[in-house]
Amino acid sequence: MLLLTCPHCGVTAEETEFAPGGEAHLKRFGPGSDDDAFEAYMFNRKNPMGVHFERWRHAYGCGKWFIAARCTVTLEVFGTYPAQTTEPPAGIVETIKAKRPEWEGYK
Amino acid sequence: MKRYSAFAIFREALRQHQGWTEAWPSPEPRDRYDVVIVGAGGHGLATAYYLGKNHGITNVAVIDKGWLGGGNTGRNTTIIRSNYLQDPSAAIYEKSRSLYETLSQDLNYNIMFSPRGVMMLAQTEHEKRGYLRTERANALQGVDTRFIGPAEVKKLVPIINLDGPRYPVLGALWQARAGTARHDAVAWGYARACSAMGMHVIEQCAVTGVESAGGQVTAVNTTRGTIGCGKLGIVVAGHSGKLADMAGFRLPVESVALQALVSEPIKPCIDVVVMANTVHGYMSQSDKGEMVIGGGADGYNNYTQRGSWHHIEETVRALCETFPMISRLKMLRQWGGIVDMTGDRSPIISKTPLEGCFINCGWGTGGFKAIPGSGWAMAELMAKGNAPLADAFSMYRFREGRFIDESVAAGVAH
Repeated sequence: MLLLTCPHCGVTAEETEFAPGGEAHLKRFGPGSDDDAFEAYMFNRKNPMGVHFERWRHAYGCGKWFIAARCTVTLEVFGTYPAQTTEPPAGIVETIKAKRPEWEGYK
Repeated sequence: MKRYSAFAIFREALRQHQGWTEAWPSPEPRDRYDVVIVGAGGHGLATAYYLGKNHGITNVAVIDKGWLGGGNTGRNTTIIRSNYLQDPSAAIYEKSRSLYETLSQDLNYNIMFSPRGVMMLAQTEHEKRGYLRTERANALQGVDTRFIGPAEVKKLVPIINLDGPRYPVLGALWQARAGTARHDAVAWGYARACSAMGMHVIEQCAVTGVESAGGQVTAVNTTRGTIGCGKLGIVVAGHSGKLADMAGFRLPVESVALQALVSEPIKPCIDVVVMANTVHGYMSQSDKGEMVIGGGADGYNNYTQRGSWHHIEETVRALCETFPMISRLKMLRQWGGIVDMTGDRSPIISKTPLEGCFINCGWGTGGFKAIPGSGWAMAELMAKGNAPLADAFSMYRFREGRFIDESVAAGVAH
């Protein structure tokens, strides 16, 4: 059972209070983009063993979207931050690097 | 390798069972094979077996980072059925189910196939209409299924509660030829048959890299040295993304945990498999008497081979209403496996951007039933470059918009 903290309302709760929303920081490709880019955006995922950035919604709380940095092997949650960003904030990246020195960084 | 038979048991009984040989040897890897299959689970071993049996390719190694059949082959709920909606799915799963019928004789290994019948309960009006549609689709596909009413459900499963207020049973899609098999035995039987053809089954040999030259795969680096290969088959289920990354491409696959549990053993009380897709639960009774219960998959990426407790609770809560007598059973054990989910919940059996490298993955929550058919199709694809059963399952179908959409057709539990 994951424990997540909503960065919007500050509530820390069990995962059943939240709804998972898949990989975060996807760059959108729409009409006019080439097939490769559109396919990658629609279907291809990093699916890493290790550090993963993913979207969650505080479904049974404030209802807002946020992003969690989490390890898919140990289920450790490194931190959460609001979804209105295109890449992980520096603070989160530092926290992860301190705990996972071998992590190659966000890309 | 000696054949198993009633006579062999009789012979060995006379000499205190000293004459049994190992089912398969543990050879040291050679420098090079014509074909290397990564992943010694059911699908990987079946691929190797049909490469040898159907296509005469026996210079094959099947390598695995752990032990044979220790992944999802040993972690599923052993259900075998083929009542799918879409034509490509029905074709490969029905092929698979029909191969299971004679697999024990084929492999000379008792896989304990039990065609006890599988029913998928319709517990909402919408689901009932969906299954009526599947029944008609199956009739056109040559898959033997029938929609049955509540009275017949009760006759087949006396312990069921038909009129639960939340989840009433309105009928079921019944496939009498579906059933279960002994999951470990499927892997063991294929491994033994592969070894008998001279193939190498190499355990404790993790892949650390894939070598290529000019866009053509040449070798795999492993913890037991570099192994050259003419062709490479990646059949590693939940870890497909990692292998694909080594081979230099990405997959439309995400790995999540799916879990199952068994109860304490009790006397026989249910002799069919019941699936309740509305509530994400399915149940059958093993030969040992345990109730084998499977549930829904977690909603987020996960490699832990565990599962979330709340999913067990949801599954069991719903099943207790449908089967009131299980409410006082104790849970004996619980486990999880990492399943590889594609966007349309159908598998991938495909060539890849790397020449000579093939991938078989994406079986999601329902790979066990497909093992013989999957191996059959994958072997033909690797040997000939195309296969009628596999062509629709290309990884390029996502780009082309040719989905085989079983996620909608089958509800949740595949």
